[in-house]
Amino acid sequence: MATVAVRAESERKKKSMLWDYLTTVDHKKIAHLYFWTGLFYFLLGGLEALLMRTQLAFPLNTFLTGKSYNEVLTMHGTTMIFLVAMPLLFALMNAVVPLMIGARDLAFPYVNALSYWLYFFGALVMHIGFLTGNVPQGGWTGYMPLSLPEYSGFGMSYYAMGLQLSGLGTLLTGINFVATIVNMRAPGMTYMRMPLFVWTTLIASILIMFAFPPLTAGLFLMIYDQLFGGQVFNVAGGGNVILWQHLFWIFGHPEVYIVVLPAFGIFSEVIPVFSRKRLFGYPAMVVATALIAFFGFMVWVHHMFTVGLGPLANGIFAVMTTIIAVPTGIKIFNWIATMWGGKLRMTTAMHWSVGFIFTFVMGGVTGVMMALPPADYQYHDTYFIVAHFHYTLIGGTVFSIFAGAYYWWPKMFGRLLNETLGKIHFWFFFIGFHMTFFIQHFLGLWGMQRRVYTYLPGQGFDLANLVSTIGAYLMAIGVIVFAINIVYTFVKGKPAPADPWDGRTLEWATKAPVPEYNFARLPLIRGIDALWLEKMAGHKEMPVIEDYHDIHMPNSTVLPFLMSLTLAIAALGFIWKEEFNHAFLYMGIGGIVLTLLVMFFRSVIDDEGYHIPKAEIEREEMKGVSV
Amino acid sequence: MTTTHPNAMSDIEAHGHERSAEGEVQPTIELVTQEGKNKQLGVWLFIAAESVLFASFFAVYLALRHSIPNGPQPKDLFELPLVFVMTAILLTSSFTSVMAVMNMRQLKSSAMKGWLVLTWLLGFSFLLLEIYEFNHYVHMGHTFTSSAFGTAFYSLVGFHGAHVAFGLLWLMTLLLRNARREITPYTAPKVYSFSLYWHFVDLVWVFIFTIVYLMGKVG
Amino acid sequence: MKKKRLGRGVIVLLFTFLALTLSACGDPRLTTFSPNGTNAEESLYLIKLSAYIMFAVMAVVFVLLLYVIIRFRAKSDDTSIPKQVEGSTLLEFIWTAIPVIIIIFLAVITINMTFSMAQDHSEDPDAVKLEVIAHQYWWEFRYPELGIVTAQDLYIPKGKKIAATLRGDDVIHSFWVPNLTGKIDTNPGYNRDGTLQNVNRFTFDSKTTGIFLGKCAELCGPSHPLMEFKVIALEPADFEAWVAKMKEPVQVKGQTAVQGEKIFQQNCAACHAVDASDQAKRPGPNLANIGNRLTIAGYLPAETEADMRESLVKWIEEPNRYKPQNEQATVKTVVMPPFKDKLSKEEMNELIDFLLEQKQYDPANFKIGTEVK
Ligand code: HEA
Ligand code: HEA
Ligand code: HEC
Ligand code: CUA
Ligand SMILES: [Cu+2]
Repeated sequence: MATVAVRAESERKKKSMLWDYLTTVDHKKIAHLYFWTGLFYFLLGGLEALLMRTQLAFPLNTFLTGKSYNEVLTMHGTTMIFLVAMPLLFALMNAVVPLMIGARDLAFPYVNALSYWLYFFGALVMHIGFLTGNVPQGGWTGYMPLSLPEYSGFGMSYYAMGLQLSGLGTLLTGINFVATIVNMRAPGMTYMRMPLFVWTTLIASILIMFAFPPLTAGLFLMIYDQLFGGQVFNVAGGGNVILWQHLFWIFGHPEVYIVVLPAFGIFSEVIPVFSRKRLFGYPAMVVATALIAFFGFMVWVHHMFTVGLGPLANGIFAVMTTIIAVPTGIKIFNWIATMWGGKLRMTTAMHWSVGFIFTFVMGGVTGVMMALPPADYQYHDTYFIVAHFHYTLIGGTVFSIFAGAYYWWPKMFGRLLNETLGKIHFWFFFIGFHMTFFIQHFLGLWGMQRRVYTYLPGQGFDLANLVSTIGAYLMAIGVIVFAINIVYTFVKGKPAPADPWDGRTLEWATKAPVPEYNFARLPLIRGIDALWLEKMAGHKEMPVIEDYHDIHMPNSTVLPFLMSLTLAIAALGFIWKEEFNHAFLYMGIGGIVLTLLVMFFRSVIDDEGYHIPKAEIEREEMKGVSV
Repeated sequence: MTTTHPNAMSDIEAHGHERSAEGEVQPTIELVTQEGKNKQLGVWLFIAAESVLFASFFAVYLALRHSIPNGPQPKDLFELPLVFVMTAILLTSSFTSVMAVMNMRQLKSSAMKGWLVLTWLLGFSFLLLEIYEFNHYVHMGHTFTSSAFGTAFYSLVGFHGAHVAFGLLWLMTLLLRNARREITPYTAPKVYSFSLYWHFVDLVWVFIFTIVYLMGKVG
Repeated sequence: MKKKRLGRGVIVLLFTFLALTLSACGDPRLTTFSPNGTNAEESLYLIKLSAYIMFAVMAVVFVLLLYVIIRFRAKSDDTSIPKQVEGSTLLEFIWTAIPVIIIIFLAVITINMTFSMAQDHSEDPDAVKLEVIAHQYWWEFRYPELGIVTAQDLYIPKGKKIAATLRGDDVIHSFWVPNLTGKIDTNPGYNRDGTLQNVNRFTFDSKTTGIFLGKCAELCGPSHPLMEFKVIALEPADFEAWVAKMKEPVQVKGQTAVQGEKIFQQNCAACHAVDASDQAKRPGPNLANIGNRLTIAGYLPAETEADMRESLVKWIEEPNRYKPQNEQATVKTVVMPPFKDKLSKEEMNELIDFLLEQKQYDPANFKIGTEVK
């Protein structure tokens, strides 16, 4: 057995920044990677949205038509869900969940890096189609048989392969967070003392574990049919096109809760802090989260009411769906009750939270309306649906990401974002949002289907679409203000103190900036809102359970990057063998072999990490006192 | 069963998470370190996810097992004696991997390796038989591309086969890297994880045997 | 102050929402707010009922939220610590119980209505039987009991049940006439014995005469938005007359039209029939009665003869421009080829004269009615 190396600080800091991020397994750095990549794709997906809205501003517009529109539409939806919403939430989870439970890292730091790189390369594979001229164009739902090459070319193969890669990464992230939260909590951090963001991360991760495999199976079958002569969705071979829809939505519905439960968690952190009150009805919030997740698996058919599954299936799934309003309602009212009687500080993060309750309730109640099949026969596949899901996805997830960004920026990047710019950002985005999407409910009811690149004049859609487009540009201004804010903060922002908001939870007990080992000595947790309790008891620091000692850290490694790279090579090889030349088959097989080789190295080379010497830690800790 | 390997203690201290709970039984060697525990939980979680994955393939297979515009029917294809032998082999390999883990816990390194080699051989013969079986089907006109049934069948059974193959590669790597090593809290979780995985692959086969082959023969 | 602004925003939004819902905006041939069929009426009933309940839910939440953010805002110098409330079983019970009651109420109504709307009229002798076959990007309508095949314009008698079976010929489409009925998908597929798989049945009707707009509601490719159709609901007597007329062959009279017929036979007849009783499966829509189509190719204007002529020329010369298709090599959709370079100007005129004479009757003889137009 190799001995564990002791490595000094000077030695660790020699690496270049690029190499450092390429090989890091530190959850805080991986959080940065997720954050910047997710933000980049948000801009890209937003740009795609602007292109669509520009085309739709006027009837029979010719700015972006036919196939091109469908491509932009598909990439917008897929990007926003898989490359923006989830990764940005993972960024926040990576940044703070280990800190919140008093852990030094995730359970599997190596796998964490692998997850990120799989996401990175999955996203890349999905976009390679822009270079080869075959861009995904079947909608983010990839319905069959439209997604077969005989109807859409090979674009949807990039979609399938890209999602398969990033989906694998997501699955591993889910497993990683469950293992972390179950196994790595600091002493005293019982389940019922965990901050709500940790709870929602745990439950969303469990959802990932059970929701992603059906998608994986579906994507395998899609890939077989597209590239290997499979017949599962091929009508001529006896295939059944409805099967895909089941597989997709068994995944797809839980997916929307995967992106909204962590959002609920973020608001459950922000609202108490800025109300200076503890979360109202903590146990009910936990139970409600679990119930939403549980019922989330039994409602997928509400996306398929018009498929023709019969009144019995429609009826049962309708009832199951509406039940979800109850636990969600509990959450909404508990948040309001948390604010009730509090001392509200209307910071930017709090603006997003209040804006969220307002917006999300509207999105939620339209969801309940759509859960009623006789009504949904009219709403389905219209702009009513588009309005609903932007109210929930933006009003829930995107608002939460903004709230979380303003709230945790000091923890993640050591500075405070500018509050004035933050509020300008909020108001432009908020007003623009409602302007864009509120009117879309009516567009749907007036008869405008979704996924149309144009509409005829004189059908009553003209003005409403123009209003919607203007709203989208207002949102864009908001996003630009956010970008300015980020740049401004990096250039001019002051270093933030360790606990700028008078926080309640453990992450605010760490030093600023957070050292790579997080906690020099593991804290003892004595109740909900651990830090707040100590503050109220007049203590300046968390109590600790141990003395300073050498800390065992995992080695950084380039293998996760390589493994993802080789898988991406394989994915492209298999697509190109059909798209261009059969010889690319060897590239596909070669990629797989290389991947196995990397895995082989991973398991043969001993990697037992290294120790940070106690003396160095003591020196570091003397520099500042946390609370 | 109890073990106090010299390296175990330093790892426990190193990680700092380990607090001895008085009165509790000492954990077995694969669970003495935090990493070992994480790994065990991680593998269980992975197995949970994989179960859903296989469940999806089973569902697709059940939905499509009669969708055969061209190509032979299940009941003309399947030959139970062969499949039965395959089942017996795979179940035995599960047993041998249990033996390996038991020897591992007693720190009997060479016995453990012996059982693992046996497991590998059994798994390998299973794989050979499966290749023979598939080859036979292809000659009867039942291929991956012949019908929706064909694709669903090979997706499910082949996916399981791929798991067996992957397991064999994994086991081979383990055997190679540990050929000269002792059983330590660092190496033990690796063997243990493998055996969990192997049991799972076995269990899936039991379902395949019942749902694909027995039900296919019946109607 | 921001809170005031937010408050005003809320109230303005709520009221516009209410006002817009109550006043039926949108095109009366299209919007779900002016139903003319039983299905659409039932849907609208449930839409409105649930919307009113949701307004109430929203009002409660918004009022509480507004109150809280105005009333409990901290003064800037206030650093006192409010009472840390853990929760309240009573309150939490209340806001669990009330939604439960609302949900039960909605569930009962919904289940009833879901079943009542699913009634099958395929065996009902009074019902008109209809086969809807959706193609990329056009609609084929077959009346199996009447022996008529048409496309794009769907004629039905008012007041009668239309028992439809629906399927897709290539990908999935979705049949939607917002005024008359919610949507139902048209799924492609075959079983082992060659029978159709995942075919849908459903029944709809129109309570008034009129012309209604229909749409394809499922993404089906680049021209999905242009896959529109019309439903023309006639008085039952007129419908009978229409059926009879559709079966009579048309005699082409004009000199040029006779020329055009030849051109048609040479270039078009492989894909298009001009006889409504032609039951063969053909790649293109049946062009019987094309002279009376309300639009060309589902959306190009055909109100006047001049419009019609212009639209036909445009379409026949460059169909791909007016309904964009996928051009990848793998794509196998049957598309109409462009005739821009194949036919001379003169030939084109003759061809169109022929098509314009394909009128089975004079539409002025039918009372389409003024109820909805
Ligand atoms: C974050 C994402 C998110 C969230 C949280 C939700 C939440 C809900 N969704 Fe939504 N949904 C989507 C994202 C989301 N959805 C997406 C992306 C699609 C479209 C996919 C596609 O086709 O492309 C979709 C589509 C969709 C459909 C399919 C429509 C169709 O295609 O025909 C349906 C139908 O039932 C539905 C229902 C619901 C319901 C009932 C909820 C509930 O969870 C809402 C619960 C919340 C509340 C109800 C508000 C708060 C509660 C109270 C204040 C208590 C009192 C309330 C009552 C008693 C009513 N959604
Ligand atoms: C989290 C998910 C999410 C988010 C945040 C958004 C954000 C937006 N969406 Fe999206 N949307 C979806 C998820 C999301 N959407 C999904 C799943 C679909 C369905 C797809 C399908 O049917 O398959 C969809 C579909 C969809 C449609 C329907 C199209 C159709 O059916 O034909 C429309 C139309 O208005 C739309 C608009 C918008 C707009 C205006 C925004 C805005 O909020 C965007 C705001 C952001 C910006 C405006 C960015 C501004 C950036 C810049 C100005 C800088 C750019 C510079 C560089 C890149 C260097 N979306
Ligand atoms: C390869 C087959 C093919 C040929 C040849 C063909 N068409 Fe078509 N035609 C189609 C298809 C398919 C459509 C439906 C396209 C759509 O709406 O998406 C169509 C649509 C039409 C329409 C619109 C029908 C309507 O109901 O609005 C007209 C008119 C038409 N064709 C006329 C012609 C004429 C005239 C010719 C010969 C000069 C011709 N077609 C040759 C396949 C063909
Ligand atoms: Cu056909 Cu959309
Ligand atoms: Cu859903």
